[in-house]
Amino acid sequence: MSAATVTLATTQVQRTPRHTAVIYLKEAKYEFLKYLRLRVYTLSVLSFPIMFYVLFGLVLNANQSIAGTRVSVYLIPSYGTFGIIAASLFATAAGLASDRGLGWLEVKRASPMPPFAYFAAKCFTSVVFSTIVVLSLFVLGIAFGGVRMPVATFAKLLVTLVAGSIPFSAMGLALGYFTGPNSAPPTINLIYLPMSFCSGLWVPFMFLPKIVQKIALVLPPYHVSQLALGVVGGGQHEPAITHWEVLAAFTMICLGVARIGFQRDQEKMYG
Amino acid sequence: MAAGLANSNQKDKSAMITSLEKPEIMTVGSSDRVVASLEGVSKNYGNIPALRSVDFRVRAGEIVALLGPNGAGKTTAVKLLLGLLQPNSGKVRVFGADPTNPEDRMRTGAMLQVGRVPETLRVREHIDLFSSYYQTPLSPEKVMAAAGLEKLGDRKFGDLSGGQRQRVLFALAICGDPDLLFLDEPTVGLDVEARRLLWDEIRRLVRRGKTVLLTTHYLQEADALADRVAVINKGEIIAEGPPAAIKAQTSGKRIRCITSLSHSALREIPGINEVKEDREAVELHTGQAEAVLRELLARDPDLAGLEVSSAGLEDAFLALTQEHNEQLSN
Repeated sequence: MSAATVTLATTQVQRTPRHTAVIYLKEAKYEFLKYLRLRVYTLSVLSFPIMFYVLFGLVLNANQSIAGTRVSVYLIPSYGTFGIIAASLFATAAGLASDRGLGWLEVKRASPMPPFAYFAAKCFTSVVFSTIVVLSLFVLGIAFGGVRMPVATFAKLLVTLVAGSIPFSAMGLALGYFTGPNSAPPTINLIYLPMSFCSGLWVPFMFLPKIVQKIALVLPPYHVSQLALGVVGGGQHEPAITHWEVLAAFTMICLGVARIGFQRDQEKMYG
Repeated sequence: MAAGLANSNQKDKSAMITSLEKPEIMTVGSSDRVVASLEGVSKNYGNIPALRSVDFRVRAGEIVALLGPNGAGKTTAVKLLLGLLQPNSGKVRVFGADPTNPEDRMRTGAMLQVGRVPETLRVREHIDLFSSYYQTPLSPEKVMAAAGLEKLGDRKFGDLSGGQRQRVLFALAICGDPDLLFLDEPTVGLDVEARRLLWDEIRRLVRRGKTVLLTTHYLQEADALADRVAVINKGEIIAEGPPAAIKAQTSGKRIRCITSLSHSALREIPGINEVKEDREAVELHTGQAEAVLRELLARDPDLAGLEVSSAGLEDAFLALTQEHNEQLSN
């Protein structure tokens, strides 16, 4: 059947910016709702930092200090960092691994959804839950830990921690491309728990063995927690810029790895 | 079906005159309009060829079924048309453009086989999100009615039965009111009634001027729904045409009878392709029914319960793929 074909002048169908904005908003809204209703996620992300803070910051060690900073103050940046890492990794890596491995991501890519909206929605979810974790610690600290700081300090601490969650969203995207739906959660745990410990998020940094302290320097949680501790006057008092540089480099590397994973996905075997 | 075709032609001719917005391919001198095509497309996964230089066209207003065994390349073909894969060679065109641009997908909808859908979101919410991707989506009520989900809007996806979940996936495919619908094995897991309802809905869509490409390994489904069937095996299209034409390609007949002849004795009769047992009788597949009948009646005078019928699509399909496999191994 070789009828002559004439191709008409092609003009691409365009979306208005308003339409695109609506898509991004809805994608973010439903991604957030999805995780909010997932008890497995909310419980594990919120409960551990809160439990640890209550136990080690409020109940035990009350009225003690770590290198001049009250324990109930010192542990907010530490457990806050721990909390934002979990919030980000589980929202991005576990979700992405599951969506990829079980075909849901394909359904979304087969639709007119702008691909970036999917990733933006995941990062948005990470940021919102990070905020919730940090605010919970604030409330507990103020109510039961005698934490008194200027509002500006609280705000700066919140912003620092939430900004610090972005490298972990990137890390989650990279991980999500290289794990499967079942292996993602255990892999996340295997990575972020030791990483958190070695960064001084539980045992404060100055009490870690020297060799571990050296390892900490290449671990992102160390840098985020140091930035956060700096806000409340604690930490190793290194210049903030070095921490941000390490985190920025880490983010770039993770996004690069995620990109490789994205392209590798195109060639996966199908029927 | 002809009405659907005429309607879509008229609708598009007037749309063409007022605005040359949407890219299309017109075939001059024919009333068929090609809305999607694979032209000389090859796709490999590493060393394994999934599609070998395939030519395939989908025309406006028709239901095309891509029929083939597992691993034949059906899903690969659909994914190429959806822009999820890039071909190693050849061209893929949907509405005249490369399908890899997400915005162009506002004219298409897809129902793919998926292992997991976010379970904590409600049916209504899933539909709302997917509808938002499109410029002129259907109202949620219409979508849920068309997919048979009327009372389930507030149910979480995780609380749905298997058949209901399939229907949600169908709803996501149609919610944007797309002109071209891709359905990859749409009725897997549905009971007979649900399957019939979905078929009716597909036919309703086509009557409104839509085009449907479906893949299936349910031969009955291709036979019942499709205007045109393309049989695909091991990455090549080995037959194409209306179901009746495909059936005619194998001039096979089925002979059913109760006979005392053993299977080995039956296989000795020239012209018999296959011997199957069917409860108390045997079913013989042959391309030379008359000659075989003569032999049968000569060898077994007490033959009873004789039935001779045309090969269905299943037999044509099996014969075609068998022949093709033999060709490939020679």
